[in-house]
Amino acid sequence: MQLGEMIAPRAAFGEALVELGGKNEDVVVFDSDVGASTQTGLFGAAYPDRFYQMGIAEQNMVGASAGMSTMGFTPWVSTFAVFLAKRAIDQIRVSIAYPKLNVKLNGAYGGIPTGKAGATHQSVEDIAVMRCMPHMTVVCPGDPYETQQAVYALTDFVGPAYLRTVRCGVPVIFDGKHKFEIGRSYTLCEGSDVTIIGTGMMTPKALEAALELEKQGIKARMIHMPTIKPMDEEAIVKASKETGHIITVENHSQLGGLGGAVAEVLTTHAPCRLTRLGFPDCFGESGDNEAIFSKFGVNTENIIATAKSLVG
Amino acid sequence: MSCCCETKKLPDDEIQELKQTCRCVRKMIINTIFDAQCGHTGGSLSEVEILVALYFHAMNIDPSDPDMADRDRFILSKGHSSPGYYCTLANRGYFHADKLADFDAIDSMLQGHPCMIKTPGVDMSTGSLGQGLSTGIGMRLGGARRGEDFSVFVLVGDGEMQEGQNWEAIMYAGAKKTAGLIGIVDYNKVQLTGTTPEILSLDPLDEKFKAFGWDVLECDGHDIADVVETMEKAKCLAKSGPVAIIAHTVKGKGVSFMEGKFQWHGKAPNEEEKVRALAEIDSCC
Repeated sequence: MQLGEMIAPRAAFGEALVELGGKNEDVVVFDSDVGASTQTGLFGAAYPDRFYQMGIAEQNMVGASAGMSTMGFTPWVSTFAVFLAKRAIDQIRVSIAYPKLNVKLNGAYGGIPTGKAGATHQSVEDIAVMRCMPHMTVVCPGDPYETQQAVYALTDFVGPAYLRTVRCGVPVIFDGKHKFEIGRSYTLCEGSDVTIIGTGMMTPKALEAALELEKQGIKARMIHMPTIKPMDEEAIVKASKETGHIITVENHSQLGGLGGAVAEVLTTHAPCRLTRLGFPDCFGESGDNEAIFSKFGVNTENIIATAKSLVG
Repeated sequence: MSCCCETKKLPDDEIQELKQTCRCVRKMIINTIFDAQCGHTGGSLSEVEILVALYFHAMNIDPSDPDMADRDRFILSKGHSSPGYYCTLANRGYFHADKLADFDAIDSMLQGHPCMIKTPGVDMSTGSLGQGLSTGIGMRLGGARRGEDFSVFVLVGDGEMQEGQNWEAIMYAGAKKTAGLIGIVDYNKVQLTGTTPEILSLDPLDEKFKAFGWDVLECDGHDIADVVETMEKAKCLAKSGPVAIIAHTVKGKGVSFMEGKFQWHGKAPNEEEKVRALAEIDSCC
């Protein structure tokens, strides 16, 4: 991967699974007939006897992965985030999270980019739902490179985990110097005028905004927060005390995701003004990804405008 | 259905011993639920012969080694009937019967619904209906990958069979001929607010399983010899694909004023009812 190259995190995820599968015989993959989209199909082609096609039956798929994990395997279960985190949420809750079984969940097609499929396929609530699940680790990698690192890190981690990937191309912003660790945030730009916290595919946009703000004389601290749970609370508290204004941006509802989690930390430890950029308690819709993001102010331009309005 | 899976009759002395164990487990259920003043009485009593047949005959297990590698597994998919399960596990030696006094109490090893982390002998946490067949399939998928041919027994309630996830699992296991998976239906025909025919009929249940590609056996769920022999036949048939045992049972079995009554789905007996129940169980069969 080259810095700046546009690669779909779902493709990076699929390739990482194949590489992982070659090194770890206990990794198995469960699919519900969307492997061509989620890219678990790559694993299926490489290791067909470790790829379990469960049909369009997500609840049974999740339950089966839980049962399989009790035999010492590490299942990766992948389908669209809307279906995994909603349709099969009770199975995740009772059969995986409650008994802390070692199952890795991939919520693919996170947020808006779903090939214009529209609201039923655009998950704007999955981070909120999974974050509130006890015993669950929740990760939204910022770029394709970090996505691959996260696949490895979450496979090594023992316990239930949720990894969000997106369908569309995202610029590669990390290289070999970057080391993803669960629970760690990354300050990509230093600054003290305002803090912008991004997660998932919004991190590259937040980074772009911070660099542009610097040209306009505003020093924005830009923090990439790939792990929503457990959250790096220290970095948030520090940012509040040192910059006084925080903007969060996510490919998700304004409610309950990154913004909600940051709000909880701030109100408990270090209150400051918080602006949560995301979808305003609404469903997605069909259309060009960037047009939809712009419609709801979840883009670089609005991050810049918001920062300028806060610091004057 | 294979015709080579004929089984031997259970010897009389073993039948008597198992009947005595059933009596003992029934009394423990009444006492456990009475002490806690909560618990699912009707469904615990209807499953006794099934659980005793599993834990005292059919299953390859070792209470001193609950995580024994190639053991048979059991999933109480109808997890609310945990008192019946816990009393059987205690009787079998997984933990001391003293622990039953803490059922449903705070910090207890014995939660309202089975918890595989807290309770020795519990192979899968359950409680939200319809999930056991799926997790059972997963155990068999893992077993097949490891070259282990242990059996996985899943006990489902009849009301529970109304949950759609069961049918996803049944469709999968039938289509893929999942070997080693034995689903047992505690067919007591009574659920929480009425009889199963009144709420949502399952009939013809046997035809439904067959249509999904399962072998189906039926038994009198309170004739311990019939239950044991049916389980042995099921284990043999399960070598080539999933097997359903429809066990015809009575909700609240063993206590005349509880039998067949939906009101006793989740009610605890009072002192007077407890005394009457224990006396009836003692004097039975």
